[in-house]
Amino acid sequence: MNVPDATGDTPDRPVGGASSDLPGQLPDEVLDCLGQRCPLPVIALARRLPELPVGAVVRVLADDPAAAVDIPAWCRMRGQEFLGAHPGPTYHIRRTH
Amino acid sequence: MPTEAIAWADVTSSPVYLDAATAAPLHPVARQALLAALDDGWADPDRLYSQARRARHLLDAAREATADTLGVRPDELSFTASGTSAAHTAVLGGLRGRRRAGRVLVHSAIEHSAVLHAAEQHVAGGGTAVEVPVDRLGRLDLDAWSAAVTGAEVASAALIAASHEVGTVQPVEAAAAACARVGVPLYVDAAQLVGRVPVPSGWSVLTASARKWGGPPGVGLLVVRKGTRWESPWPADERESGRTPGTLNLPAVVAAAASLRAATADAAAQATRLSALVDRIRARVAAEVPDVEVVGDPEHRLPHLVTFSCLYVDGEALLHALDRRGFAVSSGSSCTSSTLRPSHVLEAMGVLSHGNVRVSLHTGNTEADVERFLTELPGIVADLREQAGVTGL
Repeated sequence: MNVPDATGDTPDRPVGGASSDLPGQLPDEVLDCLGQRCPLPVIALARRLPELPVGAVVRVLADDPAAAVDIPAWCRMRGQEFLGAHPGPTYHIRRTH
Repeated sequence: MPTEAIAWADVTSSPVYLDAATAAPLHPVARQALLAALDDGWADPDRLYSQARRARHLLDAAREATADTLGVRPDELSFTASGTSAAHTAVLGGLRGRRRAGRVLVHSAIEHSAVLHAAEQHVAGGGTAVEVPVDRLGRLDLDAWSAAVTGAEVASAALIAASHEVGTVQPVEAAAAACARVGVPLYVDAAQLVGRVPVPSGWSVLTASARKWGGPPGVGLLVVRKGTRWESPWPADERESGRTPGTLNLPAVVAAAASLRAATADAAAQATRLSALVDRIRARVAAEVPDVEVVGDPEHRLPHLVTFSCLYVDGEALLHALDRRGFAVSSGSSCTSSTLRPSHVLEAMGVLSHGNVRVSLHTGNTEADVERFLTELPGIVADLREQAGVTGL
């Protein structure tokens, strides 16, 4: 398995306008996992989300088709809130505990 | 370390095959029948000489035995060149036979890829396919199914009798009743049932695959009930009641028929035995492997099949690690597929798709096989997580 040390997160990356599942709010952090194969985007999310305050929202950019299944499934297994998916493909997750 | 050396020798000397849902090892009865049929089964059954008559006799006997086992009429049954070919023929023939009624095919989201590829061809040719969802356990949404088959211009419907990937048994008879109310013929893919568990009623077209019950590869079954509007989608050919073209591999057909009869006679006892082993796998994997999701319906399921996904583990790496320890399993993870897409079944259920393992048992698997798998799996998963640096996430 080839898991890079850096998870590819780019907190300073400018983000676009708020999405429908983020009314009037920008994500607190963006994880750029484009080009990464599953399970790497899920691992990046699992590493970063617990480091953020409860209530924080992470935007994950991931173009592996498995991410569309595995990011919501991870949120369900971990009791975190999956806010939605958008073309890009982009996923929003809120830390709830 | 002598202990490890002994353990490794044990592992490599006795591989454990746990992928019966792809292909079961050849049943001893199939081997015997195959060898016997090679002598008489090479001639063309349609010719008019003594060698051909012997071949004809073998084919007729194989058809009668298989039809009898399935509880259908011999003239309703055709042998095909594979389970895939049977599924393609079932879908496309059902649509062709009902083209005056419309061009809509209704199917579940968890059909076998052979059915989905036939549906894609239908759509590419201007037809329509309506996909009916399943729930988290992989159970068909019956209300959505009933609404879909009641829609306008529905030509036919396709439902897998039980998921080949997660084992969830589908409500075939209720789905068939919904089809019957509106006169839509139902095609049932029974590949994981035939030779293992009784096939439900209510269908118009049914297919199966010999290698799933311990018959040889290269034999499929296609059953079209009397009175069903169905037309072969292939160029004309008089063989097999005109349903599927080409000369059959007759020795393989004979072996398929003989092994189906043997497997069916033993099916109830094997289902009880294997189902208890699957219960054990479901319970122990969930209890002893951290962060694992055992998927599929725990009760209404196939007796021999269980699927689970291990969080943060690469499916391909897991398959290779298991193979190195002598365990043959399959996976629905995207990294193990040629298309690099996750299993459409796991996707439709909304369950974790990476780190996925499907274990499917055959008649030759023992309790010791399952125990060895359960003993080694937690360490294999833990090693992979440690190598990937994802322990404790």
